Amino acid sequence: MKKAGGRDVGRLQLPFRVAFHISMQSVRIRFWRSVITAAGTVLGIAFLVSVLTAMMIQQNSGAITDPSEKYRMTWLVIMSLLVCLVGITNAMLMSVTERYKEIGTMKCLGAYDIFIVELFFIESALVGFIASVIGWFLGVFAVVLIKLFSEGFKVFSWISPGEVFLYLIYSILIGTLLSVIATIIPAQVAARMPAAAALRVEV
Amino acid sequence: MAVQPQTNQTVATGTEYIVRCKDVVKEYMMGTQVVRALNGVTLDIVRGEYLSIMGPSGSGKSTLFNMIGGLDKPTSGSVFINDVDMAQLDAQELAFLRCRTIGYIFQTFNLIPVMTALENVMLPMIFGGLSTDEAIDRGIELLKLVGLGERLHHKPSELSGGQQQRVAIARALANNPQIILADEPTGNLDLRTGKEIIELLRQLNKEQGVTIISATHDLKMIDVSDRIVWIRDGRIDRVEERSAIEVHVGEVEGTPG
Ligand SMILES: Nc1ncnc2c1ncn2[C@@H]1O[C@H](COP(=O)(O)OP(=O)(O)OP(=O)(O)O)[C@@H](O)[C@H]1O
Ligand SMILES: [Mg+2]
Repeated sequence: MKKAGGRDVGRLQLPFRVAFHISMQSVRIRFWRSVITAAGTVLGIAFLVSVLTAMMIQQNSGAITDPSEKYRMTWLVIMSLLVCLVGITNAMLMSVTERYKEIGTMKCLGAYDIFIVELFFIESALVGFIASVIGWFLGVFAVVLIKLFSEGFKVFSWISPGEVFLYLIYSILIGTLLSVIATIIPAQVAARMPAAAALRVEV
Repeated sequence: MAVQPQTNQTVATGTEYIVRCKDVVKEYMMGTQVVRALNGVTLDIVRGEYLSIMGPSGSGKSTLFNMIGGLDKPTSGSVFINDVDMAQLDAQELAFLRCRTIGYIFQTFNLIPVMTALENVMLPMIFGGLSTDEAIDRGIELLKLVGLGERLHHKPSELSGGQQQRVAIARALANNPQIILADEPTGNLDLRTGKEIIELLRQLNKEQGVTIISATHDLKMIDVSDRIVWIRDGRIDRVEERSAIEVHVGEVEGTPG
């Protein structure tokens, strides 16, 4: 038997595989909370992709594009992504306050602050990833549908599948990153939650 | 080393006491007002005993639980676990103590809702560095011990309160702790289930020699406790000993000193 007391300076660990599993379950079981968090990314990415797709269709159709239009759209996209960032942060902060007891309990079981941060980052990356794919699909779908009504079936000849696929890659990169960046502050708040929060009866 | 019951608590060899609180004061700030939740508590807890902390609501039981469990720091005074002053520990050492030396049980069970019963029990072992296979084996063994061998893969929401508390007890035992700290473990349970949980704790105390410290209002606890500490307004009011204490303390023999 080991001579205990705190002086036994062993390191505790949370293997990535376990952290991933916990985060995945968290996204799945708290489905509606995840949907709220995902909404920000879905909207932001859908807007980005719709702008990209619309520009591609316009270019391929041979219509002349006003270069100032491009700057205006870039600006709009950046602003919308920033707004989404704030939305995700807000949803994640709510999620942290809801889970005070769970976070406190994990700390009672030995979790370091960094474990908590890790769990929130993995969770937001997962949500961000799924939301990006959905956002990409909605963005492409919406623009194609609108153009289909205004231009008819010839829009399909103006779509380059390779480019649309490239948008998916962009979406996943930007959306996942956006979601993780938005979680920096909530994850800090969660990590600072005291272990004694496990006993708290209400917030 | 045979630990004989000490009716008067003056003899201290150092290892006999697993927890020592010295003049523990805890104040909380409520706005500009200072609330003194603990007002000079001095208490030595013997290795292997079953100690109940009783007192009216707001008397400071949970606050004392936090101090002993290393979940919060006293405003003044000190708490020693195995002769180590907890104030000297850094965040990582405290986490290690919480993981390996103390098992916690709460009134509201506090299972991680997104994990199954088995995963909940495995978590402290995984933190402690056990491989998944080892943790599964021990997790199953512990859940069998608390009578839940059939419900390994249920989520907390699919278990009754009593079953959840059993999982929590199995989880508290995960890393073979020396101390189990419980805050109102029967507070959310009906009479019969509460009794079962108390019996289970008592059995673990006898068979595994784990020291049990439980804050409670539940008078059913009196029957099984070796000592009962009554607190009131943040102070120890009186300490009652059970005469039958010898029977069980003898079983702690062999605990290294
Ligand atoms: N985090 C806190 N902030 C401010 N005051 C607190 C805090 N925790 C406890 N207190 C106060 O300290 C006193 C003791 O509270 P504690 O929770 O320890 O009582 P208790 O004996 O556990 O009561 P109960 O039986 O109702 O659980 C109370 O007056 C309470 O209001
Ligand atoms: Mg209490």
